[in-house]
Amino acid sequence: MIDVSHLSYVIADHQILNDITTQLPRNQITALIGPNGAGKSTLLGAIARQLTPSVGEVRIGGENLTQIDPQVLAKRMAIVAQQLHVGSRIRVADLVGFGRWPHSQGRLSAADNAAISDALKRFDLTALHHRFLDELSGGQRQRAFLAMAYTQDTDWLLLDEPLNNLDLKHARSLMAHLRQMVDHGGKSVVVVLHDLNFTLAWADHVVAMRAGQVVFSGPTTEVATSIALSDLYQTEIEVTSLNDRRFALYHR
Amino acid sequence: MQPRHYYMLTFSGLLTLSVGSLFLGAQALTLSGLLNDPQKLQLLLISRLPRTLATLLTGASMAVAGVIMQLLVRNRFVEPGTTGTNEAAMLGLLAVTLLAPDWPIVLQMTIAALSALAGTLGFLHLSRRLPPQQPLLIPLVGLIYAGVLMSIATFFAYQFDLIQFIGVWMSGEFSGVLAGRYELLWLAGALSVLVYFAADQFTIAGLGQGLAISLGLRYGQIVALGVATVSMVSALVIVTVGALPFVGLVVPNVVSRLMGDNLRQSLPVVAGIGGGLVLVCDMLGRVLRSPYEIPAGTIFGIVGAVVFLSLLLGRRSHA
Amino acid sequence: MHDISLPAPPAYRGNSPHPLTNRHLWALALALVVACGVFLFWGGGWQSSYILQLRLVKLGGLLCVGASVGVATVLFQTLTNNRILTPAIMGFDALFLLMKTVLVFFSTALSLQFWDNTTVFLGDTAMMIGATMAIFAAVLRRARHDIQLLVLVGVIFGLLFRTITGFLQRLLDPSEFAMLQADMFAQFGGIDRDALTIAATLMGALFIWLAGSHRRLDVLALGRNSAQSLGLRYDRLQLQVLAAIAVLVSVSTALVGPLAFLGLLVSALTHSLMRSHRHGLLLPAAALIACLILVTGQTLFERILNLQSSLAVVIEFCGGLLFLTLLARGKIK
Repeated sequence: MIDVSHLSYVIADHQILNDITTQLPRNQITALIGPNGAGKSTLLGAIARQLTPSVGEVRIGGENLTQIDPQVLAKRMAIVAQQLHVGSRIRVADLVGFGRWPHSQGRLSAADNAAISDALKRFDLTALHHRFLDELSGGQRQRAFLAMAYTQDTDWLLLDEPLNNLDLKHARSLMAHLRQMVDHGGKSVVVVLHDLNFTLAWADHVVAMRAGQVVFSGPTTEVATSIALSDLYQTEIEVTSLNDRRFALYHR
Repeated sequence: MQPRHYYMLTFSGLLTLSVGSLFLGAQALTLSGLLNDPQKLQLLLISRLPRTLATLLTGASMAVAGVIMQLLVRNRFVEPGTTGTNEAAMLGLLAVTLLAPDWPIVLQMTIAALSALAGTLGFLHLSRRLPPQQPLLIPLVGLIYAGVLMSIATFFAYQFDLIQFIGVWMSGEFSGVLAGRYELLWLAGALSVLVYFAADQFTIAGLGQGLAISLGLRYGQIVALGVATVSMVSALVIVTVGALPFVGLVVPNVVSRLMGDNLRQSLPVVAGIGGGLVLVCDMLGRVLRSPYEIPAGTIFGIVGAVVFLSLLLGRRSHA
Repeated sequence: MHDISLPAPPAYRGNSPHPLTNRHLWALALALVVACGVFLFWGGGWQSSYILQLRLVKLGGLLCVGASVGVATVLFQTLTNNRILTPAIMGFDALFLLMKTVLVFFSTALSLQFWDNTTVFLGDTAMMIGATMAIFAAVLRRARHDIQLLVLVGVIFGLLFRTITGFLQRLLDPSEFAMLQADMFAQFGGIDRDALTIAATLMGALFIWLAGSHRRLDVLALGRNSAQSLGLRYDRLQLQVLAAIAVLVSVSTALVGPLAFLGLLVSALTHSLMRSHRHGLLLPAAALIACLILVTGQTLFERILNLQSSLAVVIEFCGGLLFLTLLARGKIK
């Protein structure tokens, strides 16, 4: 379990996160949702220690995040950021290989290579493995970074808007991978999602944010209601179900 | 081509060039002369061999410094010559020359390296405040930053009549290299080897701070190691032979085109091509207007600028 | 919904005031006259006609350089449609030095020693115009839409020109080299009287042209598409302006040598003072401000501080620092 308590983040007089206290359950898919500028990415970054909060702390499995050695932490938690601006010319296989860095410090064993090969296959990158990142499309590059984080083989996987550049097929297959990792691999996933329908379809737990604060959180089926979501996004949203699946209708 | 093909090509090219460099110069030197005449052997050991080694070491370590700088700033268009590192080193040297001219060279060197370190950190600080979407702004700012540092140096050099020193530090030249006067450069070479052991870390750092942290790297340490290496190498080169602009810019860019930025693979080629190109320029400088010499830095300035311009203008059609 | 009643906007009264009615310009002119007076008469010695004459030539040089740098920078910024470029950053003065070196390099073949100063100067300027046009046509026109690329290419060209100049100088005889040395560093000390006369004449002609066409420059600043749809012959005017800049850079570089960041300082000050896009106001203001900086700076350095350092170095420092500050504050994008 990840415990976030009284977390605040202030940058240049802007209160990005305002006294956030919430819990992210183990062995589930947690979706961070909310309107633009709610602070979802900042919260994710603070949990992954990408930025230092002004106040408050994050505990992972009861341990304070700042007390954990970075190399140890890198085996427990991986993050894929939203901005994947890459200046270097790195081959896809090399990038995915860096996912094994926390385990092997660059000396890849046969097991490491098998893991890399598996990740390339899972994310549909085998044919692209020799290409340079700057020769890929946005979605392909996104998949390469996802594959790297997957290869890192951590208990926790944090993804910031991973569906952004992906087409229908790859978006769905990514969520299915995550589901499988959680259900059969004992992993835990936290993911920032913009698409409510993906949230309703895949997430076990929801943390809804607005203006740097948590508005509501809890199991998806309980808290993601028409009223709560309409209030969160300040626009009319109707949650309905069809063939036992829940949908959000907000298109017109 | 596979990396090992590049290694073989680079190595054989370097070997040929080095042998050529040993036998090229104002005084004729032949293999038979070498065997029969002890004076010729002296010439080889005291002048030609040190000069060739100094050229190779300088070129290789400047190219490595360039690639490190590019990964740390995450920008293709920087090198110690465009980030104020060289100018800051010169400022430090100028201060030592003014205030403590009789200090041993190692101490002078240290001051220059510390000053270069401060200058580089200043640039890094400045570059972090620029929007990452405008990659070309960074080298521009670097050049102006370097210009400001240079004007400070010029101001004091003017006041104390030391302008000619600046001229010497500014133009990389190997004609004065003799045994006993270039050995500091081995330290620059050693630093480049050190970099190779941290090649993966630098490659990861080049992918961004967030990713580096996610992989458990101590990003701050990598940056510190990189900045320290770059500053030391620049200061060493300036003290012994003078600044060589464009080496750190052009070589990594060319190698990156050919084999990408995975340093573990590309660093030997970067170093090799850096050393080889500078050696070619030095050899050209020896023959173009013999018996006079043209500094290698001048020739590389022209070659490097032309290559860099074609990279810049070619980039548009590539993108 | 908040109901805020705004004060009524001022009525439109036309926006093309005559330069002669602008208070800022008059104030600048007055300040410049005072500065010139101080420069000529401060600290005594002016009773000697020799010293006074010396100072007059120097003052003339400062004014010529100031006016040409100021005007050239504003013109260049109009041409490239941005506020951070100066001809010097883009390597114009390095190009001039290169052309001069090339001319000296071939001096024996051209029997340069028989040319008088005027012909040499005109020869330099003509080559400068030719080279500027050629480079613009070949390279810069392609990069024009990407300002940052344009800048970087210009900067590298500047470095290239400087290195080639240095390279050629290595190949020169010492006697030939002496012909060049004076131009290599910015120096306000030894301004040649002949050169000053020619420079002043050239600039006078240019300013008459500018006085007649500054309104077209206002349209040029709108950019190619808008200007053309307003009926301006954009490409022709662009080339004319480029030639004018080449002449102005030749004048200032020939007189005192390269000044990289003075233009930056001047343009930043001009825009913040005038708050106008009208070239009828901008051009004279830039010229006046540049002259004011140079004359006051030179008085300060030469008469009061007694510093040996060239004023140019300090101007470089201030200009560069201002630029970096503006960048760091996000004022320049």
